[in-house]
Amino acid sequence: MKKHITVRYFAGFREHAGLGEEQLSVDAATAGDVYEQLKHRHGSSEPQGHCKVAINDEMADWSSPINDGDTVLLFPPVAGG
Amino acid sequence: MRVTGGTIEPDQLRDELLDAAAGAYVGFEGWIRNQNEGQEVLRLEYEVYEPLAITEGEKVIAAARTKFPILHAQCVHRSGLLEIGECAVWVGVTSAHRDEAFSACRYIIDQVKVRLPIWKKEHYVEGHSGWVNCERCAQHEDARASGQIAV
Repeated sequence: MKKHITVRYFAGFREHAGLGEEQLSVDAATAGDVYEQLKHRHGSSEPQGHCKVAINDEMADWSSPINDGDTVLLFPPVAGG
Repeated sequence: MRVTGGTIEPDQLRDELLDAAAGAYVGFEGWIRNQNEGQEVLRLEYEVYEPLAITEGEKVIAAARTKFPILHAQCVHRSGLLEIGECAVWVGVTSAHRDEAFSACRYIIDQVKVRLPIWKKEHYVEGHSGWVNCERCAQHEDARASGQIAV
């Protein structure tokens, strides 16, 4: 069953996708599935292992489950300091 | 943990940590430098996702407290556009003795750099720009700058 989610993009991902946020219906069990699908959608090739993900404003893992109504935040490689 | 769009004032922040029980204070300031990986940097832009930068930063400071017997620890990170020489991040730690203050300060800045959702875009003297650590984003930026990708 498809899940309706909101995906938010940050920094380089936002510039790459050309938008900060979108609503999607996805066939995805985990955050990693969402990332892989969106990589193809937006033509990005940044390896998953370099990036981070949060779900509903909590840091998550790529194996974290995705539920209907979730907001998934996709973070490109961080560079604070 | 704080995020600010204004100038970081290390002396004022240090004064917030004053404690009669402290025998040591270690402060770290990260500054904007004028070059990176062979390119001349004009200015720098930080994007911060503040809700999670704060909560992750608090977790880092809490972890430092469990690892090292310190009295106080604080971290402040800038957001927005910064010029060369400006302070981008400040970490201050106080403790009874110097060893734990040095160790905790080092731990906090190292963790802040790899854990917090903060991104740094360098604007170069030659006119282009790029997100630090994001190889594919940088390639994309370069390609767009040279007209290979339509905006």
